[in-house]
Amino acid sequence: MQRIGVFVCWCGSNIAATVDVEKVAQTLAQEPGVVYSTHYQYMCSQAGQEMIQNAIREHRLTGVVICSCSPRMHEATFRKTVEKAGLNPYLLEIANIREHCSWIHKDKLTATEKAVILGRAAIAKVQLNAPLTAGQSPVTKRALVIGGGIAGIQTALDIAEAGFPVDIVEKKPTIGGKMAQIDKTFPTLDCAACILTPKMVDASQNENIDIISYAQVEKVQGFVGSFSVTIRKKARYVDETKCTGCGLCTEKCPQKKVPNEFNLGLDNRRAIYIPFAQAVPKVAAIDPNYCTMLKSGKCGVCAKVCTAGAIDYKQQDQLITREYGAIVVATGFEPIRLDKFDEFAYSQSPDVVTSLEFERLMNAAGPTGGTLLRPSDGSHPHTLVFVQCVGSRCDGGEKGKSYCSKICCMYTAKHAMLIREKYPDTEVYVFYIDVRTPGKNFDEFYRRAVEEYGVHYIKGMVGKVTPQDGKLKVQASDLLGGRQLRIDADMVILAAAIEPDKTARPLATMLTASMDTNDFFTEAHPKLRPVESPTAGIFLSGACQGPKDIPETVAQASAAAAKVIGLLVKDSLTCSPCTAKPDELMCNGCSSCEKVCPYGAITYIDKPFRGPNRTTLIRRVAQVNPAVCQGCGACTVACPSGAMDLQGFSNQQIMAEVDAICR
Amino acid sequence: MPVNETFKPTIVAFCCNWCSYAGADLSGTNRLQYPANVKIIRIPCSCRLNPMFILRAFQRGADGVILCGCHPGDCHYTTGNYYARRRMTLLFSLLDYMGIERGRTRVEWVSAAEGAKFAATMNDFTETIIKLGPNRRLEDLRCKTE
Repeated sequence: MQRIGVFVCWCGSNIAATVDVEKVAQTLAQEPGVVYSTHYQYMCSQAGQEMIQNAIREHRLTGVVICSCSPRMHEATFRKTVEKAGLNPYLLEIANIREHCSWIHKDKLTATEKAVILGRAAIAKVQLNAPLTAGQSPVTKRALVIGGGIAGIQTALDIAEAGFPVDIVEKKPTIGGKMAQIDKTFPTLDCAACILTPKMVDASQNENIDIISYAQVEKVQGFVGSFSVTIRKKARYVDETKCTGCGLCTEKCPQKKVPNEFNLGLDNRRAIYIPFAQAVPKVAAIDPNYCTMLKSGKCGVCAKVCTAGAIDYKQQDQLITREYGAIVVATGFEPIRLDKFDEFAYSQSPDVVTSLEFERLMNAAGPTGGTLLRPSDGSHPHTLVFVQCVGSRCDGGEKGKSYCSKICCMYTAKHAMLIREKYPDTEVYVFYIDVRTPGKNFDEFYRRAVEEYGVHYIKGMVGKVTPQDGKLKVQASDLLGGRQLRIDADMVILAAAIEPDKTARPLATMLTASMDTNDFFTEAHPKLRPVESPTAGIFLSGACQGPKDIPETVAQASAAAAKVIGLLVKDSLTCSPCTAKPDELMCNGCSSCEKVCPYGAITYIDKPFRGPNRTTLIRRVAQVNPAVCQGCGACTVACPSGAMDLQGFSNQQIMAEVDAICR
Repeated sequence: MPVNETFKPTIVAFCCNWCSYAGADLSGTNRLQYPANVKIIRIPCSCRLNPMFILRAFQRGADGVILCGCHPGDCHYTTGNYYARRRMTLLFSLLDYMGIERGRTRVEWVSAAEGAKFAATMNDFTETIIKLGPNRRLEDLRCKTE
């Protein structure tokens, strides 16, 4: 006979305000098998947990039902609680009467009625729960970091410092990411390259870090502790082990008209190139779309000038497969395309630039050597107009993004300040919806731009930019002044919204990591587990999780590294015992289950069974490897004889719930 | 609307643990209302839904059954929702043949971030069931306790 205990939580007023907890406890006490039923303010508090433990001991409970918040919240907590009282942790069920009841209903009668039914379903299920023991699975002590920007570099460095090997996979020929393109950083105005490039060098010199550049993740298999990842290392047509990075080939290459992506197409590079002077690894790469040798077999200048003999036109893509215990996603962001924002004349005038392009125009290593010149005629601009929120905070989210890109207010203040400092003869206007400066020393920085540097901040949006007679006619509204403005500008700088990198979506599918509607990776809990994906073993670092500035990115990168280290120091992991289990007497070895298993957890063995008249029958039966099975249950439905069942979510248990709900 | 005001349908919603159950949690966290007729059963993946469970629900007097899973391509177990989609397509056409109207069964993809979609789906589904009226086709009156 089962002896079930029911514990109804008030959750302060979260549940108790809409659900009559006392009535729920009383009604559920009448259910068959229930020997104890009570309610308390906070079941998850120490006093609440002790209450549960005492009841288990006193009433010799064989099953526990807790009516509280979502099992996604506290199932693990309560499992530990009952385990400490000597009950198997899997003899516990949680009825979700907060998220699925008290928070969505206003009528107390209806909510109480529903809470009772949810409680009944949990009682019906727990009667059929079996004690389960968690198995162990090994941990491969190596981590993979996807993305080699500041987030990926910082995560890799921290993991490597703790003594674990790390691989960084970077899709571009060099690590560094967006931060390498930035000139100065807010709010301190120190130079981005000066703080980033030493980290890039550290990463390349750390013996625990292996940088796999110009490569992309192609396939991910396995689960937390033992992932198997296939990486495609694209052919760069240059032998990485031989190239010294002297750059002679990049000077002699006759193909000069290749848009330079590092400078966002503001100048040209050669077909063979090193992205920038401080690139890591400092190895040239040949762009197969522009190289005449690769396209038509005629040229070969780079091979002739290369004294190291590093050029290899026959190089092929390489597939690398490695085992990892944890994977960190650090794929970062990119500015949105501005096709839909033609009112700002971005496609019509080269003098309308994005902020990242402007960053290159101000950079000493950029196409103009750090002198601010108009891209159209190379003249010195006198009037500059900044437009904020281009594609950010758009209503409906059809044209742009509904969210705030977070970094634009600050970098625009930085740009405006840098211009005014370098060229006091300029007039700088910033059109904004709101100026958002929540960060350490951020507001002080913005105020300096206004008060010390005399930047004109105007609340209002720019309606239209028209290129006319070498000028940009800017029409805008001044909301506070209540008037329309017309400004003849020399340059217009658009603070384009940022969005997740295009590679993030297919990667999320490979990793089975969830994303939000904007393609940012979702964290396991928005407040309490911000650097973990809901998928075990996948961690999030940097702007792939949401718009972030550099300090936040670095903080999150180190946090993700700490989580990875915490995982890798373990020799084995406890795996969920909720795995599939076949009834060998019913199994006829048809292989239906094996075909649908996404993990290859099912194998078959020939097993002797006792037949009639003391004979022995050898039958083929399914075997599930509990360390590999993840408990999805696909096989249980595919099984034609009903031999396969899922522990913790068995057919009988789910049907008992159905019965209780439909009663 | 010419529907029975007193009819309170019983609706069973099977939600996968990783996307839709979390989506339902989010709609709770955001205090988005949907009818109390909807009772959620947590399953690890949409592919855990045995057709038997749906038949059982209708047999025991459910008026509608909805399955919610991760969006195609986003399944936590890579391919589970594809199996679920195929199985349900088959089952629903069979149920239709048996007289369980198409409107009483539904498959919906709800991600962990789509709390609003979850609530909207449940509101819409409940409305559809109320319009269809009580299900008497498969109900086995021997199962009734009262």
